[in-house]
Amino acid sequence: MTRPVVFTLASRILHWTMAALIIAMLFIGVAMVASLSNYHRLVSIHQPIGIAILALAAIRLINRLFNPPPPLPADMPRLQKLAAKASHVALYGLMFALPLVGWAMLSAGDYPIDLFGSWALPRLLSPDPMLHAWLRRVHGVLAYGLFAAFLLHLAAALLHGLILRDGVFGSMATLSFRRRVPQNSRS
Amino acid sequence: MTSDRTGEAGRLPKRAIALRLGAIAATLCATTAAFAYAGGWLSPGALTPARIVDTFERINGRHDGFRRNHAKGVCVSGVFQSSGAAAPLSKASVFRAGETPVTGRFALAGGRPYAADATATVRSLALRFQLPGGEEWRTGMNDIPVFPVSTPAAFQEQLIASAPDPATGKPDPARMAAFFAAHPESAKAVALIKARVVMSGFADDTFNSLNAFRFRNDDGAVSSVRWAVVPIPTGTVGEPAPADDKNGLFEALIKRVNADGAPARWRLVVTVGAPEDPTNDATLPWPAGRRTVDAGTLVIDHVEGEAEGRCRDVNFDPLILPAGIEPSDDPLLSARSAAYARSFTRREGEPKAASAVATLTGGTR
Ligand code: HEM
Ligand code: HEM
Ligand code: HEM
Repeated sequence: MTRPVVFTLASRILHWTMAALIIAMLFIGVAMVASLSNYHRLVSIHQPIGIAILALAAIRLINRLFNPPPPLPADMPRLQKLAAKASHVALYGLMFALPLVGWAMLSAGDYPIDLFGSWALPRLLSPDPMLHAWLRRVHGVLAYGLFAAFLLHLAAALLHGLILRDGVFGSMATLSFRRRVPQNSRS
Repeated sequence: MTSDRTGEAGRLPKRAIALRLGAIAATLCATTAAFAYAGGWLSPGALTPARIVDTFERINGRHDGFRRNHAKGVCVSGVFQSSGAAAPLSKASVFRAGETPVTGRFALAGGRPYAADATATVRSLALRFQLPGGEEWRTGMNDIPVFPVSTPAAFQEQLIASAPDPATGKPDPARMAAFFAAHPESAKAVALIKARVVMSGFADDTFNSLNAFRFRNDDGAVSSVRWAVVPIPTGTVGEPAPADDKNGLFEALIKRVNADGAPARWRLVVTVGAPEDPTNDATLPWPAGRRTVDAGTLVIDHVEGEAEGRCRDVNFDPLILPAGIEPSDDPLLSARSAAYARSFTRREGEPKAASAVATLTGGTR
């Protein structure tokens, strides 16, 4: 039942940094569209953080190829493993899709995509009014989808950590620098 | 939680499992509640960008594809010839000596795209400067000396108070009086607005930023500024449009610039505020005699209808700014940015109808 292997340090740093950024972005996103007084301030941090998430997601995917995640516990039911895999695929998909849709919707809306100072990104698409409106809706729908996926992920993580206690939680939530937790650490 | 890593599994008493399941459920509920709170779902009475835009739609009717305010307009294009004189104030490349292509839009305030031109209606000029490297400067200016309200909440109150009474077709004087009693700053501003000299057309009008901004120069020094485009008189300014002429103001502009081939010119004048000048209140004029800088000449040499020009599908968000121009602490600025985005996304997703003034067909409606 023990799962002795943990995520590499790089994988854990990427996971927790991105978790903090993505959760912040979900809250910033819904708060800014409802706010008159903080709209501009929040939009101006939303865009650069969103693009940073896109870059980190790419790094994370490459890191995953070189540092594959530890196997799930051998005694985990197949269906549960499948659900875990599917939810991770969905999270990865949304980590790429949301920033890309954000970038594309601003492009279609003929906006400059300002990041910092005089830094601006090139447009992904040429201006198209209907496409802008559609992508704006898609950005909202995907963001709510990501929030739902995050809630499920959180529930699953806590279930593993607090109730199943099968080592899955600790494989991500550990400060250990060792890749392999000694088998005999069980006291 | 170390028990997790050491694999001490399967030995939890039933009570502990129930408790832990409860804790997980509570965490999920708290997270969802925090999300709902951040998104404003727990404060249904709060004024939001969407509610301001809803109010425009309620008062003016919904006109698919048109701006919810400043709905009637035409597209223009030309060039900004920078003198370089504002470069010591702002590092924005638009102020270095040289030329920047400009597109823009002349419009009438109000949310009715087919309203007849009227002398008293506020006129506006929105501009879009496309700078090298993908940066842009967008600005929307009005031909009034100050803005009638100082906060987004007062804007919404004024919108509701000045809605035409269905019985008379005019704003209810009692509601306007109540609004001004609650907002003395607006009463003062409206007196200044009413006292303005109304020019004969778009081409000889002065358009003001009204909101204050900040300029930042290469050394990091910051100045509070307001700007205006001030017409360069040419002696060709026409007579006022006849009152019964539905689109007379626009047709006079089209005739002058397109048919007569006489580009309209303005100076872009930057006024530098003194430290004591208010930057957070657009109802207050700055004292006369403040330092002004003539940043260059705006030349408009082309007018086009909205469908054929390049302004309809543009959001003239006043906070699309290049490095070197920054928002001030005026609360209207962020509110404008938010409300324009809502108006923009709504109208972009709607079918587009023909504008009142078109140049391709030559026709007007
Ligand atoms: C993981 C990345 C991102 C997340 C989680 C995220 C999340 C959100 C959320 C929750 C909203 C509000 C949706 C609604 O209530 O309809 C939103 C709106 C928005 N997002 Fe993102 N976003 C991300 C990336 C981006 C990027 C990269 C950009 C642009 C470069 C961007 C630009 C915007 C804009 C402009 C709005 C709406 C502003 C408006 O309509 O007033 N987002 N985002
Ligand atoms: C929005 C935020 C989050 C996202 C997008 C996210 C995404 C992911 C993804 C994609 C994985 C698969 C491993 C990988 O390739 O990196 C993963 C694993 C994991 N996450 Fe998250 N995560 C988030 C927040 C959290 C939080 C808040 C927790 C804990 C409370 C958590 C706990 C875990 C655990 C324990 C694993 C390991 C699962 C396994 O071994 O397969 N995550 N996460
Ligand atoms: C909180 C206060 C304000 C609100 C809620 C508001 C609302 C709006 C809205 C919804 C639009 C239509 C935007 C679009 O669909 O593209 C608009 C256009 C415009 N507004 Fe405001 N406005 C405010 C203050 C101001 C101020 C202070 C000025 C000062 C100069 C101004 C000047 C303009 C101009 C010039 C346009 C037309 C831009 C164009 O031609 O596209 N507004 N306003």
